[in-house]
Amino acid sequence: MTNIIIHTFLALLMPPLLLGVIAKTKAAFGGRVGAPFLQPYYDILRLLHKGSVFSTTTTWVFRAGPIVALATTAVAALLMPFGAHPAPISFSGDMILYAYLFALGRFFTMAAALDTGSSFEGMGSAREATYSCLAEPTLFFALITLSRLSGSYSLSQMLANVTPGAWLYAGASLLLLIGGMFIVLLVENCRIPFDDPNTHLELTMIHEVMVLDHSGPAFGIIQYAAALKLFVLGAFFIHLALPFATGNAYLDWGVFIASMLLLAVVIGVVESVMARLRLVRIPQLLVAATILAAFSTLLIIR
Amino acid sequence: MSHGMKTLHNGSSFDRAELPLLDNDSFFQTIPDAIAGGWRVCSYFGVPAAGGAVLYCLMASKERGSLGIISTNVGRSFPSLAASCPQLHLFEREIAEQCLVRPEGHPWLKPVRFQQPLCQGQGFWHDSDGGGLLPSVMDYYRVEGDEVHEVAVGPVHAGIIEPGHFRFQCHGEEVFHLEISLGFQHRGIERALIGAPTHRTMHLMETIAGDTTIGHGQAYCMNMESLGGVYSPPRAETVRGIALELERLANHTGDLGAIAGDVGYLPTASFCGRIRGDFLNMTALLCGSRFGRGLLRPGGLGYDCETDIAGEILKRLESVRVDLTGAVSLLWNTQSVMARLESTGPVKESDAREIGLVGPAARACGMNRDVRRDHPFGIFRMSQIPVITATSCDVYARALVRWLEMERSLDFIVEQLGHLPRGGGYCNRPKGVAANRCAVALTEGWRGEICHLALTDELGRFERYKITDPSFHNWSGLALSLRNQQISDFPLCNKSFNLSYCGFDL
Repeated sequence: MTNIIIHTFLALLMPPLLLGVIAKTKAAFGGRVGAPFLQPYYDILRLLHKGSVFSTTTTWVFRAGPIVALATTAVAALLMPFGAHPAPISFSGDMILYAYLFALGRFFTMAAALDTGSSFEGMGSAREATYSCLAEPTLFFALITLSRLSGSYSLSQMLANVTPGAWLYAGASLLLLIGGMFIVLLVENCRIPFDDPNTHLELTMIHEVMVLDHSGPAFGIIQYAAALKLFVLGAFFIHLALPFATGNAYLDWGVFIASMLLLAVVIGVVESVMARLRLVRIPQLLVAATILAAFSTLLIIR
Repeated sequence: MSHGMKTLHNGSSFDRAELPLLDNDSFFQTIPDAIAGGWRVCSYFGVPAAGGAVLYCLMASKERGSLGIISTNVGRSFPSLAASCPQLHLFEREIAEQCLVRPEGHPWLKPVRFQQPLCQGQGFWHDSDGGGLLPSVMDYYRVEGDEVHEVAVGPVHAGIIEPGHFRFQCHGEEVFHLEISLGFQHRGIERALIGAPTHRTMHLMETIAGDTTIGHGQAYCMNMESLGGVYSPPRAETVRGIALELERLANHTGDLGAIAGDVGYLPTASFCGRIRGDFLNMTALLCGSRFGRGLLRPGGLGYDCETDIAGEILKRLESVRVDLTGAVSLLWNTQSVMARLESTGPVKESDAREIGLVGPAARACGMNRDVRRDHPFGIFRMSQIPVITATSCDVYARALVRWLEMERSLDFIVEQLGHLPRGGGYCNRPKGVAANRCAVALTEGWRGEICHLALTDELGRFERYKITDPSFHNWSGLALSLRNQQISDFPLCNKSFNLSYCGFDL
């Protein structure tokens, strides 16, 4: 019970901190002090206090977009085990639900963007649809590999099975897998080199351009949902890359939090040392990620 | 061959009686002939007259190192040369808008700034109740087809840039055509200058384009000095040169930082943002304004450059140079940045020559043109700065040319600050303005060639003061660079040109 409370507590409160850590890391590389670690919390609170403006050309779809995106991500957070602790909700086949909860959220975000009729948002939706199509196979190859390794269809068991011991006999496969999953982590969360969450240039955006017309609390919800998505997908990645368990429940929570912060620093470093890809190059990298994941599956099945 | 033009050197003036007034046939034959003979058009404008206008065309020849000017009287229309000489197309539209004379056969006759004409009468473009048009209200070029779509950007942008309207005709992510419509910043500067100079005129000149205060200020000062018959002291010429190069350094640094920021490469973006401020602060040391306002005055300087100030700038330059080199080298040494810059937004050299690009954008296309060398003025008559060119014509070339120019400018400033001329004061104020004269001044601002042409009347007031900002030549280059490119690369191409909206809109 305590673990479920801690799980919920972390999922609700920690995600914006990751954005703060990423921003701080990038600032350090740029020779700046940077915004405080808690700045994303202040931003979201500020947005929640604002009024909303809704265009008269939009319908209920536009208003549903942010809410569905947050709801799906929040449910996905309950399916995802954090660190060595199992997820609060777990059943056989929940991995499929996990994957398509994100797809459902994305569908509503894109539909809300198209609902505005803006040419920018149409462009953003087209890009998002293209890239998420190409990112999906990678995630599924990863899930197949993990379920083959563990013989289970439940995320908690699949990921609990990835231990330092598993790295000894399936190391090559897991290495390919984390390569592919890191790319998926970055593209799904619109990080450099795929998308630049800090840019103000409408024509180059992918995710940000789809939410241009949202304002106030709706936009705050979108930002929070994006942070939560980074947190949930990051937790998945941490399971594969840093599968350490101490056996002590409280120490394990500490290990999990430290790993997540480390992941945020790594993302910050990646964003600092490289530029964005040209948009036409993104599909090539996503196909490469799929190939990595496919080979990891091959290595397990052979 | 001077093609029957009145030839003169940069920064000089002559009696208006010497200005050749050709008949229409020879005027409209001389311009294409001269262009074919290696001349290029610096400025082409009209002065409204009873029943029509007087057209003036100022051209420059690099080989001869001289400028040439001709004029002609036209009635309510004149033959357009834009189809054969594309560098004239915007000038002809401007003449149509300002003087109400129609360029017959112009292939792209649309408003330029959506301004009221300089003379009485109704413009060619007006809305139903007889008023002038609002900016960007015009017929745009459209591509029709099933999968073709139009994207309109601006005039309100997300960034802190000036207002402009951009229409993209796209097929998916690919741009077929970009049309740019400006005029939102029109303040009527040219109209305000009719009947000048007054004590306000210098301040107006400094605000033509706020980031090119020195470039435009210097051109105006040159005109006032040649019209007033004075020479500015050597010390003033040297400090003007230093200020011009500091302006170039500050803006080029900002541009490289902005290019890095657009591709999401933060280290260079952050460092260049800071270093740009360092250069601006050096200009502030000279005159108290980070943008150089008040430094230049007709006849010399508004403030003397004391020895301790020169020493302080030299000291700061040393450390800034190290930081700048580090920040910019990061850009060249990062593969992912180079992959974004290379072969993005190319302008073919032949196209660049035809549309008459100037400044770093032209030099990035391999065109070896620089007013500081071709038509030297001020300190550049004594001390030359090598001209930098690149050949790849893309965003990378435009960034590279900027960086190499900055290195030369740094060398130049260090050399000049080391031995500032002494004696002779810092300002010889011109006593008045000569009547019935024509004065021409060209300077190389950081965006490229700035052209100021003054025509005075019998009382020594400006009958017309024509300003041509480099952006006026270069906006067409930005539109061409987007052909068959990704629409997502537009911000990057835009930054690599970094043109002025208010310098264009006047």
